[in-house]
Amino acid sequence: MPATKFTPSIASRPVYGGLKSHGAVPALMLANGPGGEALLELIKADPSVLPHTYMIYIPEGCDLGRSLEACGPASFFEAASYASILPRFRKLLADAGMNTRLYLAGTEGLIGQATSEALAAGMLLEAIDAEHRGSVARRMQCVHCKGITENVTTDPFTCSHCGLTLFVRDHYSRRHAAFQGVCVDAETPGEIPPRQEIKA
Amino acid sequence: MSTEMLRVTEIEALSPLVKRFRFEHPRGAKLPLFSGGAHVVVEMPDGDVLRRNAYSLISDPQDGSGYEIAVRREDGGRGGSRFMHACVRQGDMLRISAPLNLFSLDMRARKHVLIAGGIGITPILAQMRQLLRMQGRFEVHYAARARSEAAGLRLLPRLPHIHAHISDEGNRIDLGAILDRQPIGTHVYTCGPEGLITAVAQCAERLGWPRGSLHSEVFLAPPPGRSFEVTLARSGRTITVGPHQSLLEALEEAQVEIDWSCRGGACGRCETEVVSCHGRIEHHDHWLSEDEHSSQAKIMPCVSRFRGKELIINR
Repeated sequence: MPATKFTPSIASRPVYGGLKSHGAVPALMLANGPGGEALLELIKADPSVLPHTYMIYIPEGCDLGRSLEACGPASFFEAASYASILPRFRKLLADAGMNTRLYLAGTEGLIGQATSEALAAGMLLEAIDAEHRGSVARRMQCVHCKGITENVTTDPFTCSHCGLTLFVRDHYSRRHAAFQGVCVDAETPGEIPPRQEIKA
Repeated sequence: MSTEMLRVTEIEALSPLVKRFRFEHPRGAKLPLFSGGAHVVVEMPDGDVLRRNAYSLISDPQDGSGYEIAVRREDGGRGGSRFMHACVRQGDMLRISAPLNLFSLDMRARKHVLIAGGIGITPILAQMRQLLRMQGRFEVHYAARARSEAAGLRLLPRLPHIHAHISDEGNRIDLGAILDRQPIGTHVYTCGPEGLITAVAQCAERLGWPRGSLHSEVFLAPPPGRSFEVTLARSGRTITVGPHQSLLEALEEAQVEIDWSCRGGACGRCETEVVSCHGRIEHHDHWLSEDEHSSQAKIMPCVSRFRGKELIINR
């Protein structure tokens, strides 16, 4: 699957520059689903990124773990979800040095959450490479109950926490790594527009 | 720019070439607080010449009872530091600008590494005092040729994370050792000679550091040069810039209104458009980009000069 292309219409949405090798410096690589392909392409383009790399892969149905491990990073770890690798990722960031590079590939939700984690640890944005691969599903924050609903593919959608029907706003928060969802029938309760698929 | 007449309340020799000056409000009023790395501009009425030099504040940013600066006597300079050393006495009144910071700490940092060379210790002193108050995580590395020249030594507390590197004693600063293995979230602040700032940048790049974690400040004294003429497009007047005068000073002498702040090629406030240039602008600033320098479409009057037939600026 090639890198996901967005229409440039959403001003607040980050633009992901793609993965480019920064050479044989210590690196953390984190990918989910088809994002594994972006890592494989990066390694193929410059195998020198590998010897000092700690790689984490979340398959989410893609079977790329074995090929990634076979490349021979310094360390490889596969896990079921971002939530389950978060303590490990935080420890890796805490132990990282100023020359550490972060390579992120996969869904926008993964890139956004890992980026904000790395920034909080003191990493600079310019030390982070990201490439969006896979679904255009959005990670949404309900502005009313503040709950996060993952993998939203329709507009409007139902908040998985408070049950309100939420309109998908084109307003991305880097801090929350999520788009904003606002109650769609606040003025006229029950009057809900038909659901549409989110295409970008 | 807001200024205030302040009284010189203390003068102390920190080394044979460096003196510390303390300024206080004549009626004991509190002065505005500042942040580590800030500077003030001191006005020096020296005969019929009014000099203005920027000096970094070295006192505690949270202490409004006075401002302190340290001045190194530059015998080859244009006379500002000589005036401070030879003519200023305790009790004198001098006009001092409000503090302005072009070299502040990045508060997102998890750790701060402060590197100073020679008199470049001055802004680092105030940054250090701010970090001590904040209980921030930091290191200071102060490089000097000889202990007798290291004016900052007396102002640095004896703490395990404050290091003096005296090259005469075989303890030359080792930037590789300082920068290697620093944790993420480290920001580096360098003040000192250009060579030190370049060396830190090159070392950091070699180690793979992101550029945004590096901060530096060089204040330039306006370099002297040959006398030159400048035509002012708005009035059609032509003024002469003397060999020991900056273009900014010549404009001020000619009563041309011009905004300024650092007077050292760093802040960008006095940036001036060039209408026509037959010759070569000698750019000395750190403000304009290389492309802007080569296009000769802008000039920083505080430090840059001109050599050639004709220079017309939009003033």
